[in-house]
Order: sequence, then C-alpha cells, then structure tokens
Amino acid sequence: MARSGECMGSGVRDDRSEWTDLMRSARGGDEAAYRRLLVAVTPALRSVARRALVRAGQPPDGAEDIVQEVLLAVHLKRHTYDPAQPFAPWLFAVARNKVVDALRRRGRRIFVPIEDFAETLPGEEAEPRLSEREVDAKLSTLPDRQRDVLRSIAVDGASIRETGAKLSMSEGAVRVALHRGLSSLAAKFRDGT
Amino acid sequence: MKTDDLIRSLAADQAWQETPVGQALCRSLFLALPVSAVMFYVELGLRPDFMQALQSFFFDLKFVVTGALVGAAFVFALELTRPESPAARRWLLLAPLVILVAGIGLDLAIQTSPMSVRMIGSNALVCLSSIPLLSLPFLVAAFVALRRGASTRPTLSGAVAGLLAGGLGATLYAAHCVDDSPLFVATWYSLAIAGVAVIGAVAGHRLLRF
Repeated sequence: MARSGECMGSGVRDDRSEWTDLMRSARGGDEAAYRRLLVAVTPALRSVARRALVRAGQPPDGAEDIVQEVLLAVHLKRHTYDPAQPFAPWLFAVARNKVVDALRRRGRRIFVPIEDFAETLPGEEAEPRLSEREVDAKLSTLPDRQRDVLRSIAVDGASIRETGAKLSMSEGAVRVALHRGLSSLAAKFRDGT
Repeated sequence: MKTDDLIRSLAADQAWQETPVGQALCRSLFLALPVSAVMFYVELGLRPDFMQALQSFFFDLKFVVTGALVGAAFVFALELTRPESPAARRWLLLAPLVILVAGIGLDLAIQTSPMSVRMIGSNALVCLSSIPLLSLPFLVAAFVALRRGASTRPTLSGAVAGLLAGGLGATLYAAHCVDDSPLFVATWYSLAIAGVAVIGAVAGHRLLRF
C-alpha cells in the first residue's frame, strides 16, 4: 500500500526525528527546545486539521481553533509520551483524538483515516487563517486570576516575574495560576462549555 | 488569541512537573484503602476463623486470584493512559482466569460435597452487594488518577479501572467470606466484579476522555 507521502522521502523523516530530539531535550528541562518543538509541529497540525475539516465538508477556516486545542492537549498530556519512542506517532494520536472531538462538536460523525495523519504534503503547510476565537471565548470565562495571568503571559508577552509584579502575586502563585488556567481551558474544550 | 501567543504560554508552563500517572494511581488507591477498610470492618468484619482459614489452600487461593486480577488490571490500565496504546497488556488479564480455572479443576477433583452446594454457597447475595460497595472508593480513586492520562479508549479504560477496583474490593471481601470454593468465586465474585467493570465503563466513557 503506497502512501502519498513516501515519494517525499527523507525530508519529512528528518523533520520527524528532529521533533523527537527536541521533545527529548524538552523532557530534560530545555524550555527553548520545547518552544521550538511547538512551533515546528504547528504547520503539520494545521494541515491535518484543515484536511479533516475539508473531508467533513466543513469550512477550513475553523482549523486554527483546532490547532490550538491540539497544542493545548499536547502540552497538558506530554507526560504520557514515552521518550524511548518516536514523537510523531504520539503527536498525531493526540491530534486525531482532538480532531474527532472538534468535528463531533461541530455536529458531524466522522471517520478520520489514520493515513491523513501520517504524512503531510509540501505546500499544505500554509499560513494561519482567520478563525482563532474559541480560546479567546473560553479565556474570558475563566476565573479572574487565571485569565489575567494567561493574558499577561500569552498576549502581553510578559515573563512570569513581570506578571507577578504587575498583578501583585508571587512567582509561585503565577505559575500555579498559569497551569490551572491552561488546564481549565482544556477542560472547557473537553466538556464543551 | 494568536497561536504564537498560546505557544508562548505553553512554553512558560514547561517547568510544571506533572506526577506520573502510575505514581498517582498508587497514591490514590492507597488513600482509598482506609475508606474501604472501615466500611469492611463496620459492615462485615473478618471471618471468625480467619487465622485457621489462612492455612486452608482454597482460602488462600482466593487472594491469589484477586491479587492477580489487581496486578493485571493495574498494569493494563496504565498502559491505556497513553494515546493509541497497543494495549498489548490485555493478555495479563488471563492470569487470574487461568489460576481460577486451575482451582476449579482441583476443587472438582478433591471435594466431596455436591458441586451445586459449593457453587451456590451460603452468602451469594452478601457477596454480590458487598464487593461493589467495597470497590467504590477504589473506583473513585482510580478515576481521579487515570484522568491525568491520555486514554484514547476511555470506555475500555473505565472498564479496566472497574476490574482493578473490583479486584481490590473482592480482596477485602474474601477475608470475610466463608465460601472458599473456586466454583463460588468463579460465579459470584466474577459477577460482582463484572458489575463494577460495567459501572467503570459507563463512567469512563464520560470521565476518562481527554
């Protein structure tokens, strides 16, 4: 069974093993590597989300919301990744789960073939589209502390220390509020609230 | 929020240490134990001849079976917390089954009272109601821990959590129960544990999605 991606050969496979290396560094505590990894996988996630939406007969501009939901899940569940294994299959397993959820929320029963997630074609990894509203909508319903900390770090680009100063919180409290805020966001996606 | 912004916040949260699920599962089951133990002592209590019973082969065999079930279900449940896990460890669940069947074989070979008497026993209803009740704290505890995982088969995960909790509840119950025949265990303990597994599956469908 020939897969469409195989003719691209080693280029994609190098990316995938780079992801594994980055993730292993990240698990070892390298924050810069972790950020590079998230940035590196985003275009691939974007293309699978877009493809899934198109297959489901839905407008592809909902893709960015799905991408963000997947990134959030990847972050919160990364401790279930086994560093001895390659990273890409784990990543796409998480993505597949979230995409099915997202499509189901939009009202469709959809079968998403595994092949869609195995390779991405060049040229599909295009620029972000417009719709990125779901996270914002859920963000505004978070408890004040979590919302303010998240906004400060994500949108304003402040560091944890700067956020603590701005909001009169200790660094520890900022970290807790940040993590809880991200968990709350994910819970809102999962529970559909 | 732009995706780059979200990534920035995820990277800022990178240092957060998440407890491994296996550790969390051990811890929460441990915390549930006193709850179930208190329920056990208040409602049932050890059987009066507990010390002598410990020397009886079939009495001990009950604990080997339930212990094997608990071990197998624990390992399998953990395996399922990885997304799209191969679920290879499902075969471990055969172990308690094999031990039980071997016990039944022995029972049929050497016991003298009628098989139907041994299978029906004297306390089937107590068994059927006690095991699920004793299992409940363990089931809640297992769910609290397993929600940290990323199971892509939440219903199955819930069922296996039910087997784990049921096995633990049955272990407690076995210390009270005077029906030691493996035929009794195979019939009534299995029924009770299966009930807990069904509860787990239904709850898991809802609560163990990530």
